[in-house]
Amino acid sequence: MKKLISYLSAGILFISAASASLAQLSIEITGAGAQRLPIAIADFAGERVVSQALTSVIRSDLERSGRFQLVDPGTAPMNENIAPNFIDWKSRGADALAAGSLSATPDGRYETRFRLYDTQTQAAIAGQALAHNSNQLRATAHRIADTIYEKLTGERGIFSTRIAYVVKSAGRYELQIADADGNGAQSALASREPIISPAWSPNGGKIAYVSFEAKKPIIYVHDLASGRRHVAANFKGSNSAPAWSPDGRKLAVVLTKDGASQLYLVNADGSGVTRLATSAGIDTEPQFSPDGAFIYFTSDRGGSPQIYRLPVAGGSAQRITFDGSYNVTPRLSPDGKNLAFVTRDGGRFRVAVMDLASRQVQILTDTAKDESPSFAPNGRMILFATEVGGRGVLAAVSVDGRVKQRLSVQAADVREPAWGPFSK
Amino acid sequence: MKKTLLPISLFTLALLAGCGSQPPAPEQDGAGVESRNPNAVSSTSPIGTSSTDPYALAALKDPKSPLSKRSIYFDLDSYVVKGEYQALLDHHARFLAKNTQMKMLIQGNADERGSREYNLSLGQKRAEAVKKALQLLGVNEAQLESVSLGEEKPVCMEASDSCWAQNRRGDMLYSGEF
Repeated sequence: MKKLISYLSAGILFISAASASLAQLSIEITGAGAQRLPIAIADFAGERVVSQALTSVIRSDLERSGRFQLVDPGTAPMNENIAPNFIDWKSRGADALAAGSLSATPDGRYETRFRLYDTQTQAAIAGQALAHNSNQLRATAHRIADTIYEKLTGERGIFSTRIAYVVKSAGRYELQIADADGNGAQSALASREPIISPAWSPNGGKIAYVSFEAKKPIIYVHDLASGRRHVAANFKGSNSAPAWSPDGRKLAVVLTKDGASQLYLVNADGSGVTRLATSAGIDTEPQFSPDGAFIYFTSDRGGSPQIYRLPVAGGSAQRITFDGSYNVTPRLSPDGKNLAFVTRDGGRFRVAVMDLASRQVQILTDTAKDESPSFAPNGRMILFATEVGGRGVLAAVSVDGRVKQRLSVQAADVREPAWGPFSK
Repeated sequence: MKKTLLPISLFTLALLAGCGSQPPAPEQDGAGVESRNPNAVSSTSPIGTSSTDPYALAALKDPKSPLSKRSIYFDLDSYVVKGEYQALLDHHARFLAKNTQMKMLIQGNADERGSREYNLSLGQKRAEAVKKALQLLGVNEAQLESVSLGEEKPVCMEASDSCWAQNRRGDMLYSGEF
């Protein structure tokens, strides 16, 4: 018993959601979109250090998206209530301009206000007032960047979303949750054994993952706010590849309890296991289509690993990929129109995307060891794991292949990324 | 009931054995120390305790026994046990048939390339293939358990063809070794 306790305390460390991690993801932009909208984000009026911290986050969010070209706003702070000199901003090349202010409120908090202007029509096209604490500066900046992004591109911004990934360093594995820009990483779980396949619940409150901490793969469901978790699948053999149903009530999982890897459905609380499909070979990596009608998965039933889909209501599996001898890890875009996957071509493993209507495939990356693609909740970018200089890094690529970013942690391997949903 | 409980208890043992601050290290022989006892030098009588039976328990620890070979290597993407391993599997099958109290854990592994989850499944298929080959040679299924380590526990860490070939592997471990 004493041994067991020492194992639990030494081997598995639960770290409270409040504790920040030392390992920081840093982002490098390695490619940008072809048509970028020129925008100026003026320094907001108010306490200079605080407002500059805020506006720098807004700027880097917009720049990182690959959709904007930042125009130098100069150093003069600009209040949202003063009419801008539109002729001047147009001559500087800015099609859009944001200005704002940040002020301390009597209750010790802050209020940040901003306006977004179209310099062509000389009109304010968006505005917002946000109350926040001093430690919510980055979150406030992400909210403002989301508003600007949505107003100017017509699609929702992802700057307030979070990502999950696994960091491996010297015999230690950590499941970390960070902001979409890699900041504010927190550790949800640390273990001496591998952690793989994190999957966000549709409402973003839980993560299902596979942990080898009991010397075999077991699926857990982990509540992020409380840090509490429960076993969702621990059958004889291995339990892996959890995928949430769109209503968040069930998990498609891969079990070997009846032999080789096969697809099953379990309730998220671990009850009521039923078999989804039967094949003589390997069936794995299930993922629900966003409408819940299909489960896409990887199978070698045709002689090589390829992507298939199965109607959840019953019926036979349909093969989706045909080119090449290795197409794995199907991941549907949030609108269900695109399928991201990993394809092997001459020994290189790269992220590809298929337009499901035309079945046309485009290879998006020029790296060689890509794994685990994961769509941003607005469907614009795909986050994936790859290797650079022998080290595991995360990278992101836009669905058109133009915008490219790399996220790495100093002196550690980063892998198994999963992009979380929009916050409600 | 006993049959279904067994693997769980084996894993519990593994869990307990793996406790402490370090990941489990492979068992290693201690270094030899020169004998300074003059009587040991003059002793010439043979040691008559070891059995001549090639499938006795002691044979497991004998580096000259074919039972010391524990790994089956696989081709890329494949979980077919190649014909060259038939003789080795036959030795292990005979050992298990003779020592019915012994159990074997077969760990399937994959090289690092491609999908982690697919590699986990591939490792399971490789372990299963070794298990089935042993069953065909007459081993009782109750003595065998197959698990996959996927690409998570490579023995060779370089990114090279020869290294990847070493990681596409099924390992046979006996009671007391896992």
